Amino acid sequence: MTREEEPRILLGHGDGGRLTHDLIRSVFLPHFDNPANPVLRPLPDAAVLAPPAGWRLAFTTDSFVVSPAFFPGGNIGTLAVTGTVNDLAVSGARPAYLSVAFILEEGYPLRQLEAVVESMALAARDAGVQIVTGDTKVVEHGAADGIYINTAGIGWVPEDLHWGLDAVRPGDVVLLSGSPGAHGMAVLLSRGDLGFQSPIRSDCASVFPLVQALQGVPGIRFMRDPTRGGVATVLNEVAQGSGLDVWVEEAALPEDPAVSAAARLLGVDPLYLACEGRVVAICAPDAAAAVLDAWRAVPGGLGRDAAAIGHVSASRRLPLGPRPEPAVYLRTALGGTRLLDVKSGGELPRIC
Amino acid sequence: MNPPALQATDLPEGARSGGAARAGQDILRPGVDPQLTSALLARINASVSRPHCIMEVCGTHTMAIGQFALRSLLDPRLRLISGPGCPVCVTDQADLDRALQLARQPEVLLATYGDMVRVPGSGGTTLEKERAAGAHVTVIYSPLDAVDLAAAHPTLEVVFLAVGFETTAPATALALDRAKERRIRNFSLISLHKLTVPAVKALLREETTVEGFLCPGHVSTVIGRAAWDFLARDFHRPAVVAGFELIDILPALQQLVAMLEQGEARVVNAYTRAVREEGNPRAQQAVAEHFEPVPAVWRGLGWIPDSGLGLRAEWKDFDAGYRFPGAAGQEPPDGGLGQGQVVSLGGAGGRCRCGDILRGKATPLDCSLFGTYCTPQDPAGPCMVSSEGACAAYYRYERHRLPGQAGGARKL
Repeated sequence: MTREEEPRILLGHGDGGRLTHDLIRSVFLPHFDNPANPVLRPLPDAAVLAPPAGWRLAFTTDSFVVSPAFFPGGNIGTLAVTGTVNDLAVSGARPAYLSVAFILEEGYPLRQLEAVVESMALAARDAGVQIVTGDTKVVEHGAADGIYINTAGIGWVPEDLHWGLDAVRPGDVVLLSGSPGAHGMAVLLSRGDLGFQSPIRSDCASVFPLVQALQGVPGIRFMRDPTRGGVATVLNEVAQGSGLDVWVEEAALPEDPAVSAAARLLGVDPLYLACEGRVVAICAPDAAAAVLDAWRAVPGGLGRDAAAIGHVSASRRLPLGPRPEPAVYLRTALGGTRLLDVKSGGELPRIC
Repeated sequence: MNPPALQATDLPEGARSGGAARAGQDILRPGVDPQLTSALLARINASVSRPHCIMEVCGTHTMAIGQFALRSLLDPRLRLISGPGCPVCVTDQADLDRALQLARQPEVLLATYGDMVRVPGSGGTTLEKERAAGAHVTVIYSPLDAVDLAAAHPTLEVVFLAVGFETTAPATALALDRAKERRIRNFSLISLHKLTVPAVKALLREETTVEGFLCPGHVSTVIGRAAWDFLARDFHRPAVVAGFELIDILPALQQLVAMLEQGEARVVNAYTRAVREEGNPRAQQAVAEHFEPVPAVWRGLGWIPDSGLGLRAEWKDFDAGYRFPGAAGQEPPDGGLGQGQVVSLGGAGGRCRCGDILRGKATPLDCSLFGTYCTPQDPAGPCMVSSEGACAAYYRYERHRLPGQAGGARKL
């Protein structure tokens, strides 16, 4: 058998020397450099950024190790951009700048790296952010699984915006921008060890349009994107952080039939599966209709299936544990009540 | 190439988790009409004139009942209690210790199902912790994956820790056939397979409040409805074989309650789309060709005769207990069989009530450790360990029903 001649990442691509510069010039710059991004081109050691007057700075970071790196609906690059953009967006920030750091395994096909980088550039363009600084390290063959990416992001928050769990009140409405679980299910199935295939694509997308659509809508209390642990985990964070109970109506949940069918086969609940393009929002009761109208009108259909899925109430306190705790309850379609608990164990590893 | 003795697609539903076997079946039904389910529920509640105690044998039923919040909807005089039908929960600590010991050997790759890696052995360690400390431990979805692992790692000894009831044993048999056909010599297994019928019989030979049984759908696809006839014939208990959807469980309960109300004892098949009268003879044959009934120790229940599946002598080359010194199974105590000798877990002292819970004598809410000293993060007893255990199901879905504590959260 002849050895394929495919160009691959070498240890030298990470040593800061000639090969590193070749990689920057031939792969990163062609995709990340653009006329609207004057900061990157001189390749300074640090990007120097000017905050707009009167805005506050939001800063976040996330690492991406998803396996497999390519899955229906995206790849690790798409995820690395949208994941950080979404963390900024749901904090009320206008995403502006990203850093990108790659950890590559020796032998990783250059063509795949280029595909990842191209996806990152497209996702950044769609989200309206600029990639202004970066880094590449290469580790020996076997010391990593192909490609890992870290991104950090900076965004600008209006002076008068104050979202947070301390703003949540009993009676507030819980909204979800679309059906849950497509990302987690798409990645799980693309691992190929479950014995069946499906057309399910990751919901991976920038949620900034959903946030932007709510500009000027009064009564927004809190937003979060339900990634690892899914919608159920975010709602439990709401209960813990606000000291209030959350009630979810099963019949009101938006549903993707393909995700539901696959979830039933695998014995998992879509409410615990990761989303990468959804928003959970909590708003005052009289704002809910405006939020739903605004979400459903977002171009591209990102909020087409948005729904009010429940409400917040004064806590009846779970009678267990060192101190009584607020909780999340689910009212089933049949009218029964059960807990929608924090998932314990059995987490799917490397989903993002 | 010789045709394999048993195709994966011959396996019953549930034998291959998420497998192709299920895809062709009538399982991807559209949503159930809520009016129909409401009507069924109302009819069940209207038919109850006195208290009844019903045991669901299978852990998957326990989970489904919690997930559908059935206990919050049914007449409180209907007590649904969980049986010994969670394979992880009933795995004895000494058996788990054997697996842990094997996993620590550098040449061994131990393959098993997801929930098993979190069960604590007697020293408090788990397969998950051993993996973090450098042991080769891999979670698999099907026994065939273990054979593939052995083929892919010829320098390692792949040991499959096989747990499960009648449903999973045929898949293990298939894996043995494949390993033999492919002449894979670095594959062996610890068979902790158990049989549900002897366990239910053992429960009924003791004093029990259980009046009727919801019989396991998956297990019955293999053993058949008729395998449960002893319930009516020998113990005068009605039973219904049921599937796992709301639209399976509600009609099954309706029939069961109707029989209990009338003092009737029959064994009814309410899961006819998957369960046949005689079961799946091919799967039964595959099990019989590879395994034989042996005495087995059940966590919480003790030794029960003929309740385990040991490898037959002609398959001993694939028996990890035979291949690895010190890995042989436990021997039953003299004369101890069927005496219900309870093997309790360390740590919880005498207060862990898993034995009572697995016998249907208590519910998790009756245990003083539940939710405080015993949680899924830090389990004291086997029923809290597996996601299909009764305590784990109650903790996950119903711990707000615990009476008489802070906030008076009894009634929702």
